[in-house]
Amino acid sequence: MTDTTPSEGRQPRASAGEAVRNSLARRNRKQMVLQGFGIAAIVFAITMLLILLTSIIGNGYHAFTQTHVELDVFIDPEEIPEEGLPRGDYDDVLAVAMGTHFPDVDLSDRIATRELTSILSNGAQYILRDKVVADPSLIGQTISVKVPVSDPYDQLHKGLVERDTEEQFRRLDNDAIDRFDRLDDLDLVSKPLNTGLITQADSRFPELAGLKGALVGSFWALLTCFVISFPLGIGAAIYLEEFAPKNRWSDLIEININNLAAVPSVVFGLLALAVFIGWFGLPRSAPFVGGLTLALMTMPTIIIATRAALKAVPPSIREAALGVGASKNQVVFQHVLPLAMPGILTGTIIGLAQALGETAPLLLIGMNAFITSAASSPFDSATALPTQIFIWADSPERGFVSRTSAAIMVLLMFLITMNAIAIYLRSKFERKW
Amino acid sequence: MPSFKLTVSTLAIAAVSATAAAARDEVRRVGSSTVFPYTQAVAESFANNTEFPSPIVESTGTGGGMQIFCGGIGEDYADITGASRSMKPSEYALCVEGGVTDITEARIGSDGLTIAISRDNDFAWDMSLAEVYLGLGAMVPVDGEWADNPYTSWDQVNPDFPAVEIEVLGPPPTSGTRDAFVELAMVAGCMELDYVAQNHDEDWAEENCARMRTDGPFIEAGENDNLIVQRLQANSNAMGIFGYSFLYENQDTLKAVTIDGVEPTPETIGDTYSISRPLYFYIKNAHRGVIPGFEEFLTEYMSDDALAPGGYLQERGLVVLSDEAREELRERVANGVTMDPIK
Repeated sequence: MTDTTPSEGRQPRASAGEAVRNSLARRNRKQMVLQGFGIAAIVFAITMLLILLTSIIGNGYHAFTQTHVELDVFIDPEEIPEEGLPRGDYDDVLAVAMGTHFPDVDLSDRIATRELTSILSNGAQYILRDKVVADPSLIGQTISVKVPVSDPYDQLHKGLVERDTEEQFRRLDNDAIDRFDRLDDLDLVSKPLNTGLITQADSRFPELAGLKGALVGSFWALLTCFVISFPLGIGAAIYLEEFAPKNRWSDLIEININNLAAVPSVVFGLLALAVFIGWFGLPRSAPFVGGLTLALMTMPTIIIATRAALKAVPPSIREAALGVGASKNQVVFQHVLPLAMPGILTGTIIGLAQALGETAPLLLIGMNAFITSAASSPFDSATALPTQIFIWADSPERGFVSRTSAAIMVLLMFLITMNAIAIYLRSKFERKW
Repeated sequence: MPSFKLTVSTLAIAAVSATAAAARDEVRRVGSSTVFPYTQAVAESFANNTEFPSPIVESTGTGGGMQIFCGGIGEDYADITGASRSMKPSEYALCVEGGVTDITEARIGSDGLTIAISRDNDFAWDMSLAEVYLGLGAMVPVDGEWADNPYTSWDQVNPDFPAVEIEVLGPPPTSGTRDAFVELAMVAGCMELDYVAQNHDEDWAEENCARMRTDGPFIEAGENDNLIVQRLQANSNAMGIFGYSFLYENQDTLKAVTIDGVEPTPETIGDTYSISRPLYFYIKNAHRGVIPGFEEFLTEYMSDDALAPGGYLQERGLVVLSDEAREELRERVANGVTMDPIK
């Protein structure tokens, strides 16, 4: 027994090459499995992305057009006297214009008239008013105006409401559809590009609602965020990387900055609510406060990116500059910082892109209010793109379903553009040492 | 670095001007998400028809709105708050603490909660509140004992119902809609049960019947009602709980589960339809005449265009008040009648 044991132990050693060969198939299989998992993961991710994009685009493309109807309106001086501007019975004038195509409707019957004019958006009278106020000489003339139709008719024209649904289950009854079809047959209905989606502020009527308020709000918030986080972030990074002594304190600060980058954004929102609004008394819903909050979030990202960029500048540059007698200050600001700039800018843009898509902190400081005008300064109340999406997603009107998706597409477009700029900067200016 | 100095000074200027810019020249409203669409409609009409800047209408929930509203007097605090229930004593105490005592209460109308199901479902669903409770309550009477809800399919609740799994999507506990549903449907339905009526009183019911079941059949679907609508359209056996306006907008694909034979319509809500609740807003009288346009905003809110039958609030789904109640309300708001302390 004792003699055979060592010989058994020796045997595999003698044929090590064979053992390797024997295990080859198994090891190859393991590698295949690993690769298979990797590919499956990528395929899964791409499929999900495609599903997401298809559903957003499939829902959202409807919102890029808006059904309009063209009317020849006689600006009746009786209804809209020049001295009474901007007041006037614009809806009556529009009703008369509609009536010319529907001689069978009695315009003295209020209910019938209201049914007829329900084709037009509630905003039609204000569009007409703005035209007349801008040019009072129109009074007494017949002008041709193109006004949006109200949401149920827009949905009908886009085919989003089935015509063969039973009448009692539809928002529009058969008469309403017939009236709309008559306008369509007269070639008065068109579906032009919906510029209002960008040029108008929010509205409770989907056909009038646009993203101007949100875009302007996001712009002010990002500007504030940039103006604060960029200089402070770079300053902190330069100090920590180039000047700070390496000791326990600087280690502690570094760990904390890294941790700060991982703090959930809602925490910053609560902090902003307590400190900026509660304590400093800054106004609620203001993009300035939103920008301050986003700056808190973006700063760690900028600090980390800047430090990495500074670190990537080889020591030989610093040593050469010091060698010819430059001061530490000159070394940093004249040599290291310019060389690190592409990396810093890339990090900053990615940080700002993150801030653009951030929703939770903005909800807490009230940037999800309904406001029908765009902010003219960072201290006026406003919404931002992601919070506007949040508001629209929660609205009952059918038209907001496609508008929500359209707003998501606009937001994604901005994010993709910002990231593309970051990638371009990196590939164009980054130097390999 | 001159550019760095420049940024620092810009910041300093910005910080100083921030305090100056805080002077508010627009009306600010907070509060319930249920009253939000109505105030939103008034705000838009107000902004279109007057020279005043657009009011800021924020949806914070009834409780959250009270906190901001009661915080104090001055530009930093909201002028009105919407509520999908009347003010609680604790909230009134909060207001008194903040110095807000001159408040006018305005009940603007009612809103219906609906249980909806896809039109693809062929059964004509009609339930009593007791049946709603038996389907959704956490604890129900089983053989004379108060026990965990054993029902998994609707035919166990009532043999006339089809044998489909109970699956109801509804709002989470943070929502005012949930509070209202619990109070108006669950507690009321619980009290209709023989077991509860014979052995217990209302206080007991309020304490023991307020919990929705958590074992699966009731699904908390988040605050987004459109999400519930989509899920109902996809699953023809699921039911959903949301405000009447969402049913109204989607009546081509969804139908209401009638309650005791009554279908929710603008005529029945606030009358014979049992799951409806009053809607309020509260006015801070100290801000009247101080915030520009506040008085005019209230006038717009009280106008016939908005509040009367056929007005734009009814179009949005508000169930309007009777003529006398509306006249009384208009009087009270115009005169700024202070509400009695709530204790």
